[in-house]
Amino acid sequence: MISSLPTAPDMAKRKFWNMRRMEWIFGYTFVLPWIIGFLTFTAIPLIFSLFTSFTNYNITSQMNWVGLQNYFNMFTQDQFYWQSLGNTAYYVLFSVPLNTLGGITLAVMLNKRIPGMRVFRTIYYLPSVLSGVAVYLLWEELLNPSTGYINVILSWVGIHGPAWLYDPAWTKPALILMQLWGLGGGMLLYLNAMKSTPEQLYEAADLDGASAWQKFLHITLPMITPVIFFEMSTGLIGAFQVFQSAYVMTNNGGGGPLNSLLFYNLYMWNEAFVNYQVGYANAMAWILFIIVMIITLVNLGISRYWVHYEGGD
Amino acid sequence: MALNPTQARPRQRMTTWTSEKVKDRLSRFVLFLVLSAGALLILSPVWWMVATSLKSMGEIMHFPPTFFPEHWQWSNYIQAWESAPFTQYTLNTLFITAFVVVGTVLSNSFIAYGFAKLQFPGRNAMFVLLLGTMMIPGFVTMIPQYVLFSKIHWVGTYLPLIVPSFFGSPFFIFMLRQFYRTIPNELVEAAKIDGASHFYIWSRIMVPLTKPAVLTIAVFAFNGAWNDFLGPLLYVNTQSMYTLQIGLTQFQGQAQTDWNYLMAASVLVLLPAVLIFFLFQKYFIEGTSLTGASKG
Repeated sequence: MISSLPTAPDMAKRKFWNMRRMEWIFGYTFVLPWIIGFLTFTAIPLIFSLFTSFTNYNITSQMNWVGLQNYFNMFTQDQFYWQSLGNTAYYVLFSVPLNTLGGITLAVMLNKRIPGMRVFRTIYYLPSVLSGVAVYLLWEELLNPSTGYINVILSWVGIHGPAWLYDPAWTKPALILMQLWGLGGGMLLYLNAMKSTPEQLYEAADLDGASAWQKFLHITLPMITPVIFFEMSTGLIGAFQVFQSAYVMTNNGGGGPLNSLLFYNLYMWNEAFVNYQVGYANAMAWILFIIVMIITLVNLGISRYWVHYEGGD
Repeated sequence: MALNPTQARPRQRMTTWTSEKVKDRLSRFVLFLVLSAGALLILSPVWWMVATSLKSMGEIMHFPPTFFPEHWQWSNYIQAWESAPFTQYTLNTLFITAFVVVGTVLSNSFIAYGFAKLQFPGRNAMFVLLLGTMMIPGFVTMIPQYVLFSKIHWVGTYLPLIVPSFFGSPFFIFMLRQFYRTIPNELVEAAKIDGASHFYIWSRIMVPLTKPAVLTIAVFAFNGAWNDFLGPLLYVNTQSMYTLQIGLTQFQGQAQTDWNYLMAASVLVLLPAVLIFFLFQKYFIEGTSLTGASKG
């Protein structure tokens, strides 16, 4: 690292160690904001959350130790808990795979040489630029049973569209549909990975007379598996935490018809900030944390069987 | 790269040249049609929003619905804007967003430099810990954070929305670290020999060299703060301090099913993010290419 000519070996050694010390000090200085932030906004809140999950804490006055009572009530007494967990599982089970498959398909189509490709890419990416409450309002309008765009389109092909957000059987598909509109976000990542695939691989496959499907299966797909893994991991964590859309689209957290949109986080929110059952809500949060952690670890565990890392990094 | 027919294509191609070419053309044409249909499908909700925002209420209720407004009622926009304090909401949102963007860019590039270019004991362990925090569902820490902010009397101020952005966020640190690692270490070493401090190297060499990544993060931070709904919902409780996102849900309750006004307000709230996307598109697409785990 440092190539100063040593006049005396001792001096050089000391200088080397001084330099290293200096770098250590700088290193800690640079990451210090993160350390402070991690302790204040993550580590201590986590411990506090775990502790209060064993109490009847209500933010203001009471914090008595109740042992496993919250967890026990959650699993055995609370039908809304199970309903919210079921709603969330439904949403995750459909939205994550559909998003992944759709994103890959779109990326494959947008990876061809066709006039206007840049325009196509921009158009497909556009919905993921649009987010927030405005998008939820837009979709409430689109999903309106009588005057909404979607049922108008369906009526053209002779389908009498469902009541979407008013029919408990169709509320979750409605939200999944809305979420699929933003497919382009994942598409961009897959596309970037595809473009970084070495051209020689395809040329070699051409020489061997491989079909387009074979090339996709044996070259493109393995090359993008790291991105698929990344997208699926973050997508799962995100989908388990679905909240905002359901909150806004069910009159500020009402949960929708027959609580069909009462997702896990929505129920947790209501428990914490409407009913002030903070201890109970924290117990719910920890169970969600454990579920997400298990799924992530399982995902990580099986990833080495299907995720291909070029250069073994 | 693929446009290199002389060396890349197999020889047998010469004999079946015409039929292959026809097939190729045809498949591209079909793809073009499919993509065009899909693009229409993707764009039509956006058009529907704009069209609805310009219609009269009578026309919205009319059956069958129209795709192009009969009379373009631009006054809907003024009506919608004036029926709630949207100007105030916009100023509030801009205030928060400006601080969040500055905080995010400064803190994350600073922290990422430490993780990418400096050697110190415990660095790798800390980085693993940092990646691990990405897996924590936000709601687990959100409730205790609320308790913390309420104990120090920050609820009802913008501080809980702004201050945390000055302490880095794992995703951005990860992304910038990937970027910094593509810059040769020799550059840092050379600057050090010239007597530059690490603060100087970070601010004068690294930040300028990673402009696309820094801009990408700025855009992400802008969108995040502009569209943040949960934060203001938790911490802001007086109407004069509402942000646009909260204001929009309030307006929804107030306007009920006046879809033209609701859509007009929605278009206006979405506009800045769309403009910024088109403005920084080049950097943005360059910047995101390194975020996916696809580092070659």
